Amino acid sequence: MSLEVGDQLPAQDFPIHRVDLVRYAGASGDFNPIHWNERFAVEVGLPNVIAHGMFTMASAIRVVTDWEGDPGAVIEYGVRFTRPVVVPDPEGAVLNVSGSVREIREDGLVEVDLTATVDGQTVLAKARAVVRPPA
Amino acid sequence: MSVDPSLIGRTYPPTPPYEVGREKIREFADAINDPNPAYRDAAAAQALGHPDVIAPPTFAIVLTIPAGHQAVMDPEVGIDYSRVVHGEQKFVHARPVRAGDVLVVDVVISDIRAAAGNDIVTTESKVRTLDGELVSTAFSTIVARGTAA
Repeated sequence: MSLEVGDQLPAQDFPIHRVDLVRYAGASGDFNPIHWNERFAVEVGLPNVIAHGMFTMASAIRVVTDWEGDPGAVIEYGVRFTRPVVVPDPEGAVLNVSGSVREIREDGLVEVDLTATVDGQTVLAKARAVVRPPA
Repeated sequence: MSVDPSLIGRTYPPTPPYEVGREKIREFADAINDPNPAYRDAAAAQALGHPDVIAPPTFAIVLTIPAGHQAVMDPEVGIDYSRVVHGEQKFVHARPVRAGDVLVVDVVISDIRAAAGNDIVTTESKVRTLDGELVSTAFSTIVARGTAA
């Protein structure tokens, strides 16, 4: 595959509902009640239950791994959590993720910038992966 | 009260060995709604060149959050955990975590700073096999809101 800087990866939308956060809490071991208990979340000043940052991070990299095919090709992946993803019940939220090729290194590895938004507002900044390109 | 920057460089003992099971990887992949067969089917993973099913790129967090709690909960670090939010996260993978790995995590406090009244603490967690092979390094930055005043 011939890649160029600026190439877009297929964008994806990821719906998030409360049950996803409960399941992620169980699988990850992060039972912080801000991720499942509305009463607690409001008491600590949040608008509502918020998604685990790591759930958002795990969802966003799928734009890279679904494009690449081999999730083991992800060499580096980092994000900054800039804004909580509020997940009201029962409506939930939708995470919109797009990616573009930032750089093609001399060693062949590809740097991808990810953009992750909810309702048009950025929730991950400096979201960047280094990946071996698709065969 | 601000966190004491002289604690940069503090290390914590290796975590107890964690055996990565195929069903744990599947459970985690299900929990992030990721249907990739490399997380579930050994033959699919092997077709990609892996010896067994591999874990998603963020799976190591299952090990590194509890490991990092050694620092976050360290009374000498003195973070008010009720005010902690996750600021940044980064993984550098030498190779994917895979089923059958038995992993230990070494944690070091790599940075402490204060900004805008918040305490900001970064830990670096090295994930290794029992044989000492480096699998991943995880960098976690947590922010304790309003505690550095």
